[in-house]
Amino acid sequence: MALQAKHLLGLKDVSREDILSILDAAVSFKEILNRPIPKVPTLRHVTVVNAFFENSTRTRISFELAEKRLSADVVNFSSSGSSVSKGETLIDTIRNLEAMKIDLVVMRHPLPGAPKLLADHCDSTVINAGDGAHEHPTQALLDMMTIRDVIGDFDKLRVTLIGDISHSRVALSNIFGLQTMGAKVAVCGPPTLIPRHIERLGVTIYTDVNEAIRNSDVLNVLRIQKERQDGGLFPSIREYHALYGITRERLESLGAPKDLVIMHPGPINRGVEITADVADGPQSVILQQVTNGVAVRMAVLFLLAGGTNELE
Amino acid sequence: MNWNSANAASRLDHAGFLAERGQNLLLSGARVIDPASGIDAALDLFVEKGKILKVGKFKKSDLPKHKTIDLRGKIVAPGFVDLHVHLREPGREDKETIWTGTNAAAAGGFTAVACMPNTDPPLDNAGVVKWVLEQVQGGPVAVYPVAAVTVDRAGKNLSDIGDLHLEAGVRMISDDGSPVADAEVMRIALEYCRIHDIVLSTHSEEKALAGKGVMREGEWSTRLGLPGWPSVAESAMVARDLLLAEFTGGRLHIGHISSRESIDLVRWAKARGVRVTAEATPHHIALTDEACASFSGNTKMNPPLGTKEDRKAVIQGLKEGVIDVIATDHAPHTLEEEMVEFSHAPNGVVGLETAVGVVAKELVAKKILDWPDVVRKMAVAPREILRLPAATVSEGEQAELTIIDPEATWVVDPEKFLSKGRNTPFGGWKLPAKPIGIVNEGWLVLAPDARMLVS
Repeated sequence: MALQAKHLLGLKDVSREDILSILDAAVSFKEILNRPIPKVPTLRHVTVVNAFFENSTRTRISFELAEKRLSADVVNFSSSGSSVSKGETLIDTIRNLEAMKIDLVVMRHPLPGAPKLLADHCDSTVINAGDGAHEHPTQALLDMMTIRDVIGDFDKLRVTLIGDISHSRVALSNIFGLQTMGAKVAVCGPPTLIPRHIERLGVTIYTDVNEAIRNSDVLNVLRIQKERQDGGLFPSIREYHALYGITRERLESLGAPKDLVIMHPGPINRGVEITADVADGPQSVILQQVTNGVAVRMAVLFLLAGGTNELE
Repeated sequence: MNWNSANAASRLDHAGFLAERGQNLLLSGARVIDPASGIDAALDLFVEKGKILKVGKFKKSDLPKHKTIDLRGKIVAPGFVDLHVHLREPGREDKETIWTGTNAAAAGGFTAVACMPNTDPPLDNAGVVKWVLEQVQGGPVAVYPVAAVTVDRAGKNLSDIGDLHLEAGVRMISDDGSPVADAEVMRIALEYCRIHDIVLSTHSEEKALAGKGVMREGEWSTRLGLPGWPSVAESAMVARDLLLAEFTGGRLHIGHISSRESIDLVRWAKARGVRVTAEATPHHIALTDEACASFSGNTKMNPPLGTKEDRKAVIQGLKEGVIDVIATDHAPHTLEEEMVEFSHAPNGVVGLETAVGVVAKELVAKKILDWPDVVRKMAVAPREILRLPAATVSEGEQAELTIIDPEATWVVDPEKFLSKGRNTPFGGWKLPAKPIGIVNEGWLVLAPDARMLVS
């Protein structure tokens, strides 16, 4: 089944049916990834540009792999720093690429709303691969796929995002998507890293990590970037780790259940927000998330490129 | 191009306006609202050589040669004055010039505007200010330049405020978008202004708190992932300046007030007798931060659009009189500057040509203000703040009039603006009233659809 929207800019307005379509298609694609020849000719007629206006290793490679597994023609474009500083506007940059006949733009950009600007002023289908602290829908979809793999159902599931919510590119998409699917989302961190009035999004706020853990089925641990400390938003990495670090010791002292699911969107700062014994431990699904990332992105590309038929 | 040029009226002509000078006018049957003289009645006015010769009932047969404008059902009021516009010249003539900006003012029903000093070079000396005044000589719209508080708007040394007043007629000073950060400099400025009773207008922003914010910090900045500009960045500065105004006895005008707490502070200060006035913009009256969900640069301003609660407080403040003035903060930008990521878009929107219509929709139609209140906030109070004589509609006075059709429904088409700026959040809005003309300095300017009223 095709998606209702032309673009995937975020999960805020994506319906439960569309999310399920993507997750279902992703399961089929994941199966293809495990075949001896993990490639299908589905998007042989489609040209995709990966336009990355900000550094990204994982997301860019994951998209590129997904595109290649679907036999799309792939062009990579990356430019650190803003397009404006180069003198060319974002719209001009993409229109130039469009003039070379492309179908789909996958874009990572540091500024919120940049993918919407493209969708409003360009012809291509746009997939948002992260726009600042706004949305990163494919990350949330792969997180949801992983949760479904492990737990099966979202209904009343308690998912808590821990860490720098304010500057995270994955928090909002997770909140919107999980809520649409019936989960209860909470955030946990120092108040200086939690955006104002996030409770109005129907999200519970914890400043005490132990309380958060006691009230969660899934912990999604977010990366702490060093520049936030430089900005004075918390006193030190050491203190952050002491207050909010997810450690084996903390989980055991709280008697956290064995089936508590530990996620992390990567890249991990081992020893800061999470210790190795947890990241590599039995409750961690971090590498499963990465595998699912390729499958989910295949599903999104396939469905947005107009795929409706069952896979061969 | 300026108002002394041979074809000075060409922009108005080209847009279909009637723009001519030196005609005798019989304005017939309008509802004349003049709070200064206590008039609110349907009257005739006869204007000869730019002067109001007769008001009320008089014999038409004896009048010298004139044009008659049938204004039954229309409103005639003292000319509206916009206390907060950016004319961009000198320096950014690609955004607006004094000529295009005053054309827009005339089209919007304003007979005068106060233009902000953030030009290049800034309006921080009498020479530049006099040059600005020369550009509007002979035109239908008066300009009251707002001079910089400090040299280069740098917040360090006071401009020659006395000289600006005596040589160039400056009545208001402001460092506008670069608010005076140093409290001691602000104190001195307020104290010094007392010599000539000059008013100090502020853009209230504590820059350290506003940080990299691009919209009001709150639920919507959280939803959109955009860096937030907290309301306390405004209210903390308002609090400081109110206390300094009280301490020094200086006269303070809070520009484009936008947050609930700031309005509460002004209410408090007025009750204590502080010499303070405040203004609100049509966009803070009509819109909230939710509008930023479009990620359109036309919803990005400084101060940013407030929350629902802020908007309610602005409206309540206007109703109560805590907010004295409606001014537009007309801030034209080029299309190129607006077609970018929200964070890169410049702050501000144009407002001259939509102000009266938006005020009618948001305040008059909703019975928050009536038309006499609007006249007070857009014509009477701005003149009082500038210490100008009241522009009354009385025999023997200069005719400085704004004409409004309170029943004209129209749809905002930015392509039709006389301003160079197209950056408005009100494009496509249906508005219930329209300014249809001004009379000032011997000029008559009439909107295209009002020309048929002339015989």
